[in-house]
Amino acid sequence: MRRLLSVLLLALVPQAAFAEPVVTSFELENGMQGVVIEDHRAPVVTHMVWYKVGSADETAGKTGIAHYLEHLLFKGTEKIPSGRFSEIVAENGGQENAFTSRDYTGYFQNIASDRLGLMMSMEADRMRNLTIGDDDWQAERDVVGEERRSRTDNVPSAKFREQFTSALYLSHPYGTPVIGWKKEVEALTKEDALEFYARFYAPNNAILVVAGDVDPAEVEALAKEHYGVIDRIELPEHVRSVEPPHLAERRLTMTDPRVAQSQFMRGYLAPSYLTAEPGEAEGLVLLADILGGGTTRRLQRLMTQSTDMAIYAGAYYSGLARDHGEFVVYAGPKGDTSLSAIEGAMDWMLEDLLKNGVTDKEVARSKKSLIADEIYSQDSQRSLARQYGAALTVGLTVEDIQSWRGKLEAATAEDVMDAARKVLNRKRSVTGILKGPDAKKEAAE
Amino acid sequence: MKTLIAFVAALLVAPLAHADENRIQRVISPGGIEAWLVEESAIPMVAVELMFPGGARVDAEGQEGAAYLTAGLIEEGAGDMDSQGFALRKEDLSTRIGFDSGRDEFTVGMRALTANLEESFELLHIALTEPTFEQRQIDRVRDQVLSGMKSDLVNPGTQGATEWFKQMFPGTSYGRPTKGRPDSINGLTRADIIDTYSRMAVKSRMKIGVVGDIDAETLGVLLDKTFGDLPEGEVLDRTPIEGTGVKGIHLIQADIPQSSVILGHEGILRSDEDFIPAYVMNHILGGGGFSSRLTTEVREKNGLAYSVYSYLSPYDRAGLYMGGVATANERVKQSIDLIRAEWARMANEGVTEEELTAAKRYLTGAFALRFDSNAKIARYLAGLQSAGLEIDYIDKRNGLVDAITVEDIRRVAKRLLKPDELFVVVVGNPKDLEE
Repeated sequence: MRRLLSVLLLALVPQAAFAEPVVTSFELENGMQGVVIEDHRAPVVTHMVWYKVGSADETAGKTGIAHYLEHLLFKGTEKIPSGRFSEIVAENGGQENAFTSRDYTGYFQNIASDRLGLMMSMEADRMRNLTIGDDDWQAERDVVGEERRSRTDNVPSAKFREQFTSALYLSHPYGTPVIGWKKEVEALTKEDALEFYARFYAPNNAILVVAGDVDPAEVEALAKEHYGVIDRIELPEHVRSVEPPHLAERRLTMTDPRVAQSQFMRGYLAPSYLTAEPGEAEGLVLLADILGGGTTRRLQRLMTQSTDMAIYAGAYYSGLARDHGEFVVYAGPKGDTSLSAIEGAMDWMLEDLLKNGVTDKEVARSKKSLIADEIYSQDSQRSLARQYGAALTVGLTVEDIQSWRGKLEAATAEDVMDAARKVLNRKRSVTGILKGPDAKKEAAE
Repeated sequence: MKTLIAFVAALLVAPLAHADENRIQRVISPGGIEAWLVEESAIPMVAVELMFPGGARVDAEGQEGAAYLTAGLIEEGAGDMDSQGFALRKEDLSTRIGFDSGRDEFTVGMRALTANLEESFELLHIALTEPTFEQRQIDRVRDQVLSGMKSDLVNPGTQGATEWFKQMFPGTSYGRPTKGRPDSINGLTRADIIDTYSRMAVKSRMKIGVVGDIDAETLGVLLDKTFGDLPEGEVLDRTPIEGTGVKGIHLIQADIPQSSVILGHEGILRSDEDFIPAYVMNHILGGGGFSSRLTTEVREKNGLAYSVYSYLSPYDRAGLYMGGVATANERVKQSIDLIRAEWARMANEGVTEEELTAAKRYLTGAFALRFDSNAKIARYLAGLQSAGLEIDYIDKRNGLVDAITVEDIRRVAKRLLKPDELFVVVVGNPKDLEE
């Protein structure tokens, strides 16, 4: 099979392009997974610990706790007092940060590779030994409040986005913003955070990703030394509300005086990489590219002289999730184009695709462009490590990641159309309109 | 805890596998074009970064935003390819090419697969030497720029920065918005675009960084083919531009829950001999990481902001010392006062030995982290040349940082930091601020 594939591929991209990163994986006795991605270009390393817990695992009334806890993990342990973690990373010439998503929470340092053991010792320490001082937790909650203002409350398109995503889910927690709803975030406490921490932060709920100038055997030995000594815990099941069938089309319209460019969005729930049937995720990735992957794609017609209606237009599929993926098309109308006209044009393009299909040529173009993206993405050690971490944390395997290129290559126009027919169903969609005060008046409808 | 201390004490400066003196090569093409090259064959690709000092500075009077619009038009048709044709050609080659123009320079970035190197350079050649600037593309991209500009006008961060530069540098290119104004953009003709472009991609100002799977000889040949017939261009005016020294607080009222604050005053140029001590000093005051004084006081202790920072901003014709914070409308004055107090404390007291040691450890150790992708290294190599630094700068740089003393910092802090001269622009609806 491998040989056949590479012959097919040869026709598209020169063979020399297929330098795969060298990836090794292991599992510690306490259930912690480890993945090592070798990159010997420079003597630096990216050390990441990913926890398989995110905002979708929060309980009612406590939205934002996963993210707030991420902030509090810098507030110290008995061994390393508040603030000291960051100081030690900096004194060793390292950079660090953390991030929270719906399905995962991650912590990372970029640092000289000979400091890997030190980073592991500190990261392992805060896996179970967090202590939060009484002065720290309230100030940090205010910091999170300011983060929410910066990212969302001050930005009309982000507020709209939050409403849109919330409407996309009738019951599943992916509808909740990762940073949490304002009122609930303001009421979170240190106890809430510690309770959440005790339930989810443990080696058997974590994945170690190390990318850089390292020897996999040494990484495993270090991991055993630092993480291997931590006891596993009894993990709660991932109990999340199950999304009921979508039977009714939903619409949202938001007007904000600080919107300068109107926006049209149409979103559909879709399978995730994890829940997709064979060929589906590949079909959706290709569909998004065929519609909106740049200047030579279908939605570009909305922006060219022939129709000349949009300032921008695009489509994307986000499928790296445990439970659901999302498929979204969007466009920004030109000043003299009404939102209903742009929606009509978008509908027409989607109907045309469903009726007349996509061509083999379009599929081949999109494959080629997606594969080139993947080669260029290898240039960044950090983003490679992040890709692996995100995929593994939602439940994919190293094998899934490495076989992706072959699967994408094997996908057909039929896969694209099967996925399109399954997902692009107006009845299951949410249509969002964001308008400013100057939006073109709609014709009477 | 003992292990930790031992580790810290054993700190070494991470060697730059990427960038030691054997690895950065000065390539001079047969035709005399210079590029700095790092050969790196781990990934079958090449990253190319071009930097042409100029940017918005080449805009003619009344044509503000011309360079920005022009940069956006180069790939909308070149040679016998129209906009679609050019995009299809890029796709066929799996080549990525991008153009941008900022306040100080016009930049071009390309990433190409080794196997398609010659064709990719040829495509870049056509883009740079034969852009068509079709009228319908000008109209289309102009609409996009105007839409982006309208959005900028309601983006508190951009609004604040635009106002800051407008009041600090009126009547000069630094005082004008890089993207222009609606009237200046609307007034641009095709002839104006062609005229502007003739001042952008010029050989005499071109700085080139190349990293990837290519050797010096191959590169030399490609340099001549690709850039040999670019116009020489005129010398850029680099005489310093004086700011007005405006100070105090300027408020732009906006109905948003969080105020965006940008502040700053005169700083120093990159060529100033105090640049490195100033850089180290700024790291301690409000540079990167979670341990700066501003972050400790404003964020960690008081929870006033998610982001608070300061930075040296050495433009080609004016050095600036800038900072900023975003904070709830109720706490704007408190935040500005805290920043001003830290500005003053640094000016009066300098830093402690401990702070300096920690800063040096971070800055020398983290230097290598800048070089974790071919594209980043290529950009850095072009930037070094643009700043007039030597090819061995990367090897010397950590030594320069390590040589700084607390006395150096005290002197430079006193020279640079003027808490009473800060010009502060607030965009928002602050409740605790008296004008």
